Amino acid sequence: MPAHVPNAGLNRRDLLKRAGGLAALAAFTAACGGNTGRPSGGGGSGGAKVNLAQWFHQYGEAGTQQAAIKYAKAYTDANVAVQWTPGDYGSKLASGLLSSNGPDVFESQLNIGMVKSNQVVPLDDIIADVKSDFSEGDLATNTIDGKVYGIRMIVDPQVIYYRKSMLDKAGIKPPETIDDLVAAAKELTTDKVKGIFVGNDGGNALGGPALWSSGGTYLTDDKKPGFTNDRAASALGKLHQMYADKSVLLGAPTDWWDPGAINQGLVAMQWIGMWAVPGMVKALGDDLGVFAFPALDAQSKPAVYSGGWTQFVSAKSANVDAAKKFVKWLWIDQAEFQEDWCLNYGFHIPPRKSLAAKAAKLQSGVAAETVKLTTEFGHTDNPSWTPKMGTAFTDLLTNVIKKGADPSAEITKAEKTVDQELSRLFG
Amino acid sequence: MSSSAQDVVPTEPVAAGKRRVGGKRQKGIAGTTRTFWLFVGPFVAGLLIFSYLPIIWSLVLSFFEAYNTVTPSKFVGLQNYIDMLTDRNFLSSLGTFTVFAVFIVPLTFVMSLALALLVNQVKVAKAFFRSVFFLPTACSYVVASLIWKLSIFNGVRFGLANTVLSWFGVENIAWLSTVDPPWYWIPIISVRLWLQLGFYMILFIAGLQRINPSLYEAAYVDGAKPGWQIFRYITLPQLRATSVSVLILNLIAAYQAFDEFYNLIGNVNYARPPLVYLYGISLGSIQDLGHGSAGALILAVIIMIVTQLQTRVFGFGKAGD
Repeated sequence: MPAHVPNAGLNRRDLLKRAGGLAALAAFTAACGGNTGRPSGGGGSGGAKVNLAQWFHQYGEAGTQQAAIKYAKAYTDANVAVQWTPGDYGSKLASGLLSSNGPDVFESQLNIGMVKSNQVVPLDDIIADVKSDFSEGDLATNTIDGKVYGIRMIVDPQVIYYRKSMLDKAGIKPPETIDDLVAAAKELTTDKVKGIFVGNDGGNALGGPALWSSGGTYLTDDKKPGFTNDRAASALGKLHQMYADKSVLLGAPTDWWDPGAINQGLVAMQWIGMWAVPGMVKALGDDLGVFAFPALDAQSKPAVYSGGWTQFVSAKSANVDAAKKFVKWLWIDQAEFQEDWCLNYGFHIPPRKSLAAKAAKLQSGVAAETVKLTTEFGHTDNPSWTPKMGTAFTDLLTNVIKKGADPSAEITKAEKTVDQELSRLFG
Repeated sequence: MSSSAQDVVPTEPVAAGKRRVGGKRQKGIAGTTRTFWLFVGPFVAGLLIFSYLPIIWSLVLSFFEAYNTVTPSKFVGLQNYIDMLTDRNFLSSLGTFTVFAVFIVPLTFVMSLALALLVNQVKVAKAFFRSVFFLPTACSYVVASLIWKLSIFNGVRFGLANTVLSWFGVENIAWLSTVDPPWYWIPIISVRLWLQLGFYMILFIAGLQRINPSLYEAAYVDGAKPGWQIFRYITLPQLRATSVSVLILNLIAAYQAFDEFYNLIGNVNYARPPLVYLYGISLGSIQDLGHGSAGALILAVIIMIVTQLQTRVFGFGKAGD
């Protein structure tokens, strides 16, 4: 075909080729040109509103994305574009924060690395008036060197929910010590149902709670490893016991944060967050009870992991002030939206004490019990505990729980990494 | 089709930069040069921007302490390399890779060669069988991994593998979560075999079709027995070039293993190949780009050395291949 085109056509062909190449290049560069999620156009001149990008991870409950967009639309002082991120939000956020093409406002959890590398700005000025309305733990988890860097959006307690009928049938009371839990899980295991679901990795999510329940902690107040004593080793060893007994469900299609396993009757107990309460109540009705991760023994207390998400303003944003204003508007001033976000999809505890106190949906049933357990036994993340330390601790857990390694020896290995990190960060 | 394809083939080699005297002729060359750059330019630009620049940048980063930043300021010399070479997790990831390669490379080689021989011998519906075995190559690793994880090898009673085993009274196996015995290798190896066998089979078929039929005829005349003898003394030696490239490609692909490990079992310390580990420390939540870059470059050097060794041993690229 092309060879028979007359010579005169060459020009046209050249032109087409060139135009095509250019168009392809343009499309290519446009496609690569950082989709920040910010609305396009609307330049800053002439008093036009600024554009802000707000990043979320993907919440599991239906309606959450629409809600986030609704809040953004309701804000009139800036054009806020919501970017909803399925999959590996952490990695995407990390690379987004390396440049100014990332988010202006984003949700995450604070760690000292973000502050050291100037990724987030202090928000003391916007939280000052209402600081006393936040719990101590929620403030501490977002405070470094006396500055508050984030506004807690939701509090997500993680506890153990169980099928009352199954425990009653086996004549088992809610466990009060880790040994009780290990025994209960073993007893409740049949050929069809496993005793407990603590995640497909065999229970790494229980590492923190087990540590707290032994009286230990990740880092002490004077920034030393707080997980190095024999009690911690003993608590972690019991997680292996539960795994070795084959009382934990493994290889479920969904992981621990999804109520699928308990709802489908695959297990009698499941480690999961309060966010799943509406889904579990819908599937199981009132056949649902709750207890905190039990204490190692009478010397220590049970533990609830009080996780959650926090709103931050990126230091690389071109409109830090506008972003701060938006964060204040949404997460401090708009009580109605905060209530909607915390209670109308999954269940989360509103971080504002004043809101939590009048949250009707959290006043009854297992939700109310969970809130009570959180107040009594809640532990929040320590922002000085960096992801590198976290990885070392996870490796420790995998080796202890799955491979049956000696907890004390593994603790020594993890301690080495943690010490290195501490000396890098604090000298 | 073939005649028109021939028409498009440029009659002279694309000789950019070579200038010849003579008005019209020169214009033609200039046009060719322009066309050359027009076609090659975008790819060269892409290669420079998305491959070479990051490699150089990575080299720079590997000498710095670079947490949460790609423009670091604290020079640490070779410390990152020393850390990585003494990091037991990195070393164990190389061990994981070795186990993986020991399984996957020979298995892929033997099975894709066997498939190629079978498909090549089929008298009817040859194209059909070729396509059927090649089709999985078009499937993404992520999609295949999710199918493997969620429906075939999930650990509960309604997973496909467990359902089949339960007919024989075998207890449910948590394929991806059990470390003793290490059942997770079965899904990991099988998903890659399913995905890549077809591709290597096509390479072998191409190799088989290049073998001169007169060699077989001569062998018959000389009294060689069909079957093993013909395969051993005619087919296999004739396939040497193809075999060596399959081995090299296969080993490099194994070094680059990421998708199926990441999607099937995640970043766990008992079975993470080097790339999953490096991803975890540099692009995951840790964001330690200095150590990550050093590790990536160490890995690149290892791949280069191994490929060189392989080439030496098998004599790939020698005259006559």
